[in-house]
Amino acid sequence: MNRHWLDDPINMRLLWRVFLYGLAVVVAAELAVSTHPHFAIDAVFGFHAWFGFLACAALILAAKALGLLLKRPDTYYEHRDD
Amino acid sequence: MSIGMTEFPVHPGLVLIGGGVLLAALHGRARAAAILALPLLTLCLIWALPDGAVWRDELLGYAITPLAVDNLSRLFATIFAIMAFGGGLFALDQPSRIEVPAAFVYAGSAIGVTLAGDLITLFVFWELMAIGSTLVIWSAGTRASYAASLRYLMIHLLGGVVLFAGITGHIADTGDVAFVRMAPDTVAHWLILAGFLINAGAPPLSAWLPDAYPEASWSGMVFLSAFTTKAAVYVLLRGFPGTELLIWIGLFMVLYGIVFALLENDMRRILAYSIVNQVGFMVTGIGIGTEMALNGAAAHAFTHIIYKALLLMSAGSVLLMTGRRKCSELGGLFHTMPAATICGIIGALAISSFPLTSGFVSKSMISQAAADGHMLYVWMLLAAASAGVFLHAGIKFPWFVFFQKDSGLRPPDPSGHMRWAMYLFSFLCIAMGVWPEPLYGLLPYPAQYEPYTAAHVVTQLQLLLFSGLAFFVMLGYLKRTPTITLDADWTYRVLLTRLSRHAMRLARRAIALATATTAAILQHATALIERERSPNGLLVRTGSTRGMALWVMVMLVSYLVLYYV
Repeated sequence: MNRHWLDDPINMRLLWRVFLYGLAVVVAAELAVSTHPHFAIDAVFGFHAWFGFLACAALILAAKALGLLLKRPDTYYEHRDD
Repeated sequence: MSIGMTEFPVHPGLVLIGGGVLLAALHGRARAAAILALPLLTLCLIWALPDGAVWRDELLGYAITPLAVDNLSRLFATIFAIMAFGGGLFALDQPSRIEVPAAFVYAGSAIGVTLAGDLITLFVFWELMAIGSTLVIWSAGTRASYAASLRYLMIHLLGGVVLFAGITGHIADTGDVAFVRMAPDTVAHWLILAGFLINAGAPPLSAWLPDAYPEASWSGMVFLSAFTTKAAVYVLLRGFPGTELLIWIGLFMVLYGIVFALLENDMRRILAYSIVNQVGFMVTGIGIGTEMALNGAAAHAFTHIIYKALLLMSAGSVLLMTGRRKCSELGGLFHTMPAATICGIIGALAISSFPLTSGFVSKSMISQAAADGHMLYVWMLLAAASAGVFLHAGIKFPWFVFFQKDSGLRPPDPSGHMRWAMYLFSFLCIAMGVWPEPLYGLLPYPAQYEPYTAAHVVTQLQLLLFSGLAFFVMLGYLKRTPTITLDADWTYRVLLTRLSRHAMRLARRAIALATATTAAILQHATALIERERSPNGLLVRTGSTRGMALWVMVMLVSYLVLYYV
């Protein structure tokens, strides 16, 4: 089996590093660009960065909690729809 | 039928419906040619139509306009025709002889809805859409798809009944059948709104969508993703713009779609929940109701149809080539399916509204409208949801299907025309993102929106990249398990079944008890009669004459008394 360049751990580490630099760059860019806030809260520095992160974390935790209640094996409906 | 026009323009929707029916009889090259030519012909006819009421007639004493055109209806009719073309190209190899013809009837009816100037015509096409889409699901030919198509039809017939009751009430109230802007102020209008919302995938019945669509074939769901929900968006845009309730319904749909998609293991059910999520953005925009918001909702419907179809083409390719649909059984497919992987990623970037993709130029108009209206909570929830879209559709879908752990599967990319359909829609996703002016030119109101400001690009990239970070940081919480998540369809698949079984058991018991009691009473009565018919029994023995005379007197006296009372 020929290996894809994405299978190489060195390249994966490189991608991660590029991603982390990207995060730093888009936050730093706020120093150079006025973000035209509409409210008080989005005038806080890096609002979209931390808000995006926290929103996702909250959504994942909400899903996890709902899953505890509503998750079933995927064969659940197999014998019920007859 | 008398048509109030000097020339006779053809109805594009009817052409596609009629062509779809004829298509079922065609074979081989003629069939393939017709599949590609019909939607293009329909598109040309749409653009040849003049503005205004094109067909006018009278039905049951009401003035109906079966064919009416303005910017809004042309926008939706156009995207429906483009979708029929892309879906047809993708489905050329579909072995089912029913699916593509049914899909064209479905698409043609959706176009009919967008071009209906009155509520009667709208209702007829609305129901035809339900039939066409049910056939598309059913034509997958599996037991699961048959059962799902019946559940789907049940919900849509219910929605149809609600809508019909509303339309009847509206006509009784106003004496007018024209499809005009309404407000939820009468029972009839509430019913119409409810009928529209059922098709939009709104709560509490939204589960019909993720229940039924993923049971369609690898190409069937591509068609299904486009028409029903977006036709509902169209009628809401025309009928109920600025209805505040829609903001909250829309925000619920947005968040519900994300949370359920995060829990889902089936790749196409992830994308089905994502449809509810995306339609939620549009419904919110319709609820906000400013020109900017309505333009945003319309533009978002247009771009969404293309990138969601693209995502489902990518998922459909995987399903066709591997026969698998669960994330827990997929992974590592990028090795041998580069076309499906790259096109899937382009669709994923577009749905996430990355700069230079179509989602970036459409969805942001809705957020902008919320900000312009100083709706802080709406705006924050929309921003959180935009982050969540990247999470559940933008990364989760490509990551678990094409990357994550290597499943060892090495299927090739699908056949040429399937790839071409994906290339075409990928191109459109990027072209509309890079060059949004033609799309803005189609919008119902004059668009004064500039998506590419430095501030917008920077804030959107912050939001998305940090959502990406959250995904990888919390990957442990997102691990796929072979599970499903119960949704509202559980009430009619399990709860109501259980209740009706209980009711049946109770009824059977009651019947058995009643039968036994009756038998016992009869038995006693028979025994009593038998006993009294014996020589000394009450019925046989002879009484005295004096006694008889006394009893007759008592009866006569009581008669007299009763008579005077």
